[in-house]
Amino acid sequence: MLIDCPHCGPRDLAEFSYQGDATRTRPDPASTDTKAWLDYVYNRPNPAGLHREYWQHAGGCRAHLVVERDTLTHEIRSVAFARSADSGDAA
Amino acid sequence: MAEYSALSLLKNALSGNRDWKPAWRKPDPKPRYDVIVIGGGGHGLATAYYLAAEHGITNVAVLEKGWLGSGNIGRNTTIVRSNYLLPESLRFYEFSMKLWENLSHELNYNVMFSQRGVLNLAHSPGQADAFIRRGNAMRHGGVDAEWLTPQEIARKVPGLDTSGSARFPIAGGLLQPRAGTARHDAVAWGYARAADRRGVDLIENCEVTGFLRDGDQITGVSTTRGDIRAKKVALAVAGSTSRVLQRAGIERFPIESHVLQAFVSEAIKPFVNCVVTFGAGHLYMSQSDKGGLVFGGSLDFYNSYAQRGNLPAAEDVMSEICAMFPAVARLRLLRSWGGVMDMSMDGSPIITRGPLPGLYLNCGWCYGGFKATPASGYSFAWTIARDEPHAINAPFTLSRFERGAAIDETGHGPTPKLH
Amino acid sequence: MSPRRTRTGGLIDRARTIRFTFDGESYTGHAGDTLASALLANGVSLAGRSFKYHRPRGVFSAGIDEPNVLVTLLREGVREPNIPATQIEIYDGLRAESQNRFPSLAWDLGAVNQLGGRLIGAGFYYKTFMGPVIGPLKGTRFWMMCEHFIRCAAGLGRADYEADPSRYERVNAFCDVLVVGGGIAGLMAAEAAAKAGKRVILAEQEPQTGGFARWSDETLDGKPAHQWVAELTERLTRFDTVRLLPRTAVWGYYDGNTLAALERVHDHVARTPKGHARQRHWTIRARDVVLATGALERPIVFPGNDRPGVMLAGATRRYATEFGVLPGNRTIFFTNNDSAYEAAVAIKRAGGHIAAIVDVRPRIGDAATALATEAGVVPLTGRAVAGTKGSRALSGALVQAFDAETGRLSGEARPLECDSLAVSGGWQPVLHLASQAGAKPVWDEDKQAFLPPEPAQRWTGAGAFLGKFSSADALASGRDAGLKCAGKRPSRARLPEIAPEALNPAPAPVLEIRGRGKAFVDFQHDVTADDVRLAHREGFVSVEHLKRYTTLGMATDQGKTSNVPGLAIMAAARGITIPEAGTTRFRPPYSPVAIGALAAERYGDLKPERFTPMHDWHVEHGAEMTPAGLWHRPLVYASAGETVEQAYIREAAAVRRSVGIVDVSTLGKIAVKGPDAATFLDRVYTNTFSTLKVGKARYGLMLREDGIAFDDGTTWRLGETDFLMTTTTANAGAVMQHLEYCLDVLWPDLRVHLTSVTDQWAGAAIAGPQARAVLERCVTGTKVDNETLPFMGIVHGQIDGALVMICRLSFSGERAYEVYCGAGHGQHVWEALMEAGEPFDITPYGMEALGALRIEKGHVTGAEIDGRTTARDLYLDWMLSKKKPFIGSGLMDRPALIDRNRLRLVGIVSLDGQKLGGGAHLVERGSSDEPGESIGHVTAYCYSPALQKYIGLALVRGGKARHGTRVLLSDPLRRRFGQVEVVSHHFFDPDGERMHG
Repeated sequence: MLIDCPHCGPRDLAEFSYQGDATRTRPDPASTDTKAWLDYVYNRPNPAGLHREYWQHAGGCRAHLVVERDTLTHEIRSVAFARSADSGDAA
Repeated sequence: MAEYSALSLLKNALSGNRDWKPAWRKPDPKPRYDVIVIGGGGHGLATAYYLAAEHGITNVAVLEKGWLGSGNIGRNTTIVRSNYLLPESLRFYEFSMKLWENLSHELNYNVMFSQRGVLNLAHSPGQADAFIRRGNAMRHGGVDAEWLTPQEIARKVPGLDTSGSARFPIAGGLLQPRAGTARHDAVAWGYARAADRRGVDLIENCEVTGFLRDGDQITGVSTTRGDIRAKKVALAVAGSTSRVLQRAGIERFPIESHVLQAFVSEAIKPFVNCVVTFGAGHLYMSQSDKGGLVFGGSLDFYNSYAQRGNLPAAEDVMSEICAMFPAVARLRLLRSWGGVMDMSMDGSPIITRGPLPGLYLNCGWCYGGFKATPASGYSFAWTIARDEPHAINAPFTLSRFERGAAIDETGHGPTPKLH
Repeated sequence: MSPRRTRTGGLIDRARTIRFTFDGESYTGHAGDTLASALLANGVSLAGRSFKYHRPRGVFSAGIDEPNVLVTLLREGVREPNIPATQIEIYDGLRAESQNRFPSLAWDLGAVNQLGGRLIGAGFYYKTFMGPVIGPLKGTRFWMMCEHFIRCAAGLGRADYEADPSRYERVNAFCDVLVVGGGIAGLMAAEAAAKAGKRVILAEQEPQTGGFARWSDETLDGKPAHQWVAELTERLTRFDTVRLLPRTAVWGYYDGNTLAALERVHDHVARTPKGHARQRHWTIRARDVVLATGALERPIVFPGNDRPGVMLAGATRRYATEFGVLPGNRTIFFTNNDSAYEAAVAIKRAGGHIAAIVDVRPRIGDAATALATEAGVVPLTGRAVAGTKGSRALSGALVQAFDAETGRLSGEARPLECDSLAVSGGWQPVLHLASQAGAKPVWDEDKQAFLPPEPAQRWTGAGAFLGKFSSADALASGRDAGLKCAGKRPSRARLPEIAPEALNPAPAPVLEIRGRGKAFVDFQHDVTADDVRLAHREGFVSVEHLKRYTTLGMATDQGKTSNVPGLAIMAAARGITIPEAGTTRFRPPYSPVAIGALAAERYGDLKPERFTPMHDWHVEHGAEMTPAGLWHRPLVYASAGETVEQAYIREAAAVRRSVGIVDVSTLGKIAVKGPDAATFLDRVYTNTFSTLKVGKARYGLMLREDGIAFDDGTTWRLGETDFLMTTTTANAGAVMQHLEYCLDVLWPDLRVHLTSVTDQWAGAAIAGPQARAVLERCVTGTKVDNETLPFMGIVHGQIDGALVMICRLSFSGERAYEVYCGAGHGQHVWEALMEAGEPFDITPYGMEALGALRIEKGHVTGAEIDGRTTARDLYLDWMLSKKKPFIGSGLMDRPALIDRNRLRLVGIVSLDGQKLGGGAHLVERGSSDEPGESIGHVTAYCYSPALQKYIGLALVRGGKARHGTRVLLSDPLRRRFGQVEVVSHHFFDPDGERMHG
């Protein structure tokens, strides 16, 4: 698998560290809604098909990327910096 | 149907093996059952068997989308052990071990459970302490465990790099003598045949496409072979749990699907006589009866339903096996394959009623489902039949996350890939 | 002269004679021979024994598909089992042994298994060996006894336990076009792509390119085909942009057009030059791939089809034409298709005698008839071989009338004398890589073969891979494939001239002749046609069930010859078509790969090693080093005759008495900088850092999101927006990644920059009553008195010219300082500190003493923060800020996490004066026979020089509530039992007077 890091270019899977689902929303830090925290920490959509997920370019620029990848074929549709991605895990 | 024995083998040989009957029927689905078990893998088949054998519930169908045993029961490295740390896990897996020890007789099918021992190598004083803690937990839980010195290990497992100059010298090893390996396919076939003999319908090529409901209550399933109704619907589809639950409207669940690769070398004459695991990485190896070295390591570390892995994970495994057994470098890799794991949030399974009325759930097996097969089927059948958990699966609920009662053997927390 | 070597012809170098041994016998061959061709040339027909029945076997194929003759190579002092003789290029001094026989190949005791024939058919072991249900052999015992014998009988070659002395290399390569297969199609594709300016890699598993052209005896542009391909190959080498990799098998097709290949660099020479790689593992990332992997011939399954002397027809052709070796004196051909006729002609031209051509088809075309005439025989059409004669060598074949429509034999079986039987069941394209790339092959009824699927990744097929078996097709489809990869349309330019294909490419749909006797489908695993039918009878009818129940296709050849015949027999038994019966998914590797090659440079060098800047000093001063993750750290500095325990007690006592020094360079260090750095730390730590004053440090605790303790350490405020965080050695990487995730994903608005500086700083901790005095003797540029440098204070100064940063903090409970300097000055500063400490008898101490000192103080480390404990479990509740949220605050108060009966931290004291033990458990009651219920476990222990007792830390149910009670230590693994007292984990100086003073 090759991931096209927007900073470093296409690099091998071995350089990246998988950081999981990128659709989760962290509750407000001060929230006391335990259900919301539980959902954030434990639950995943885990789709068979297109999956939005974080990868860190750990062996490169160390940026976290949002990757859209098909979990049935491993085909990668898009890659963007997590910091500039419009949705996902922002508090 | 005839019993299998040396005598039946001889009788059939004399008649040219022409009189053997199918190991199980190939029935069409009936419109209605007492219990539907979704998933014709090890756990589903075992569940059906124990429903019939222990609870007298025989109006049962097992629905399998492919062929029986096509999931992880046929893709694992066949290790059976109960060398766990936490009391909940120990109780469960030791219960399983006891079922394993009589399984061939119980099923009248040789599942080839061979108690050749599982040896966990420790490579630092800290790791040795952690392993001794686990071994002592086993002994206090009534499970066999021994601590071996590096010298004892060198005698027991020739070919291991036990030299002090190894990159990670061996500090000792935790041995569970009663642990071992079994023939994975035979477990599926043995349970299938035994369940079929008790009247269970095993229905292959039958994929569940949706759930029939009455309000919240699950009342059956729609399948590629038509609608089938049942009082109780039980899921045993580890690897595909999220996918099937989505068809019941449950969109988020504490499981990720990951791919795990396994490997086998060309067959050689007896080389290693027990299961050995490498503690300075993640590797487990044994030798099959056919002679191939069977081994595996870590996940590929990304969500996948593809039953295929990639090179970096494979290369890691190869470098670790060579570090452990330097002679293996010269042997050749014959085949590799991938299985899809239900990775749960604490590394432990979920066997429980719910999450919807009429639905029962058995999932989250991570790497460890094979050895659990008997206890999983036994306790799941109990839960389905009695609507309450057996003592061994009572802690393995879905609500444990809510309560903060995770059963976290490795201590890695809610990062599924690390379990 | 070898008995079967032709007088002339072939591509071997007859001028060069090569000597080798097989089973200790000396033989000769020529340069260019494989072990298989050389053995055949020497008339060695019996060369292997099968897996289960130990039946005598001879060479069956000429390529990678060889199921029968696997040998063990004895080379470089080690054994290398299971290598197909067809894949071994001979060299002077080569030593090979046959396998799976005892005592010898000719007289093999294991052949007794043949008597058990029907008793030990497919899956027999599932039905027996279960043993008695009572008595000494109940449970799994009886099976394990039987299994012992089964295991000894199974397996192929024997490996030894000697470490593999070879080196392996790994290469990453990138190209526009990877061409897999160097036959005509592959060469044409490579040339077309190269001419279009593409960077090309061409991999060919054989030593030479050319493939089929090397033994086809065809003419291309008026030249012998083998010469034509040699010239084209030579032209390719002149492109700077083309890389040819002979002896390189592409074995894996992974995601993103990443392919894996194995180059056998030095296996064909007597000795790998020193320092060179025996084999090379290639990871090739190709924009486009051309699959020109050719086709493999299938056998026909008939009784006695495994006798030595039975061979694939295409293989006989190759041996005769390429190697100048005749398969026998009298050869019978048995076929369902035209290609065998070409083989017969090749044998005839090489000087062999064709006894007959037996063809299952009732009629054959004119072209085939003409070839038969050239071979000197009238084809026996509408007939089949229904059996063979001979024992260790073939002596004849039984030929009988056969109806291809009904599949029935009829009439008398006529024996025909022969010592060689060449069989062809048609050809199957090699689709393994395409299947690995993620698509399902498609059955072609006309060609009676599976053809490539629609690509699921970027590949293009060419040549026989596409089911186009003529050289003319290979030329055209190869060039088109190369052009396509270069983004160009097919060319109409002239192709090299070649005689048009006149033969009929379609075989008759006959892959089995049912008669009496064992008919083998999978030669290596001894799976017979009856085994397939037995599987059917017992309901194991899906392809995967068939494979698993009978082991069909699971041997080292991975079913290269048996796959399609096995499917055909199952399909016939079920009364369905072959595609309805299905096909299995191919998995990597296509052909076996040395495990060491995949480990490559990491073989013998598993993981990187980390050394602190003072490592050499430690080693020179007698430190016993111990692994800590990737690091090496001093365990103790034992003097002569001292045990580890004596040494650490001495070291720890010296710290309490005077002063000691320990290397703490391995601690994780992260520079946290930026306007929002303090805010950031407040969010990731449970306690507050924004209130920390510049020039001060604070102990901090981090939780995971689920509220469990994650890591601890001190963080130093070096400036308003400049912090230095330290982490535990073990968690340095995990903490860094966690913080980066928080910044990138959770709080991208925070202006904070993180840099891992673990390797940039060397650190030494000076601890003990005289620690300050030591610093006073060597530190310049700053005072270090209590006022300037109070507890948790930080100063900057110099030691012997090197800039240092000193923080007064204590892990030992003594007055102590951590001295940090640039890593390059580490040893220099360390030595200066040692010198300054000389008057105080400064003692270097290792991990053991460090551990003893922290246990006396009750400080926690990884043994207590084990991923399951909470801050409360460790009595660190005081660090959980109530004024602000932090990572983990959302879930840390779940009911089971605040249960008072959890395992919580206590101290324990040995009451019997004996050692405790890490990993020992604690019980309220129990004995060595009945260990009782565990209520907790020992996380760390030591002999405390301060208390003069064995003490330990433990996690015990209820924790503090048990202070002052007695419980039993239970360590059944080490047979240690004894009484301990539960006490506070703050054993020593609980009020901290020593470290604050």
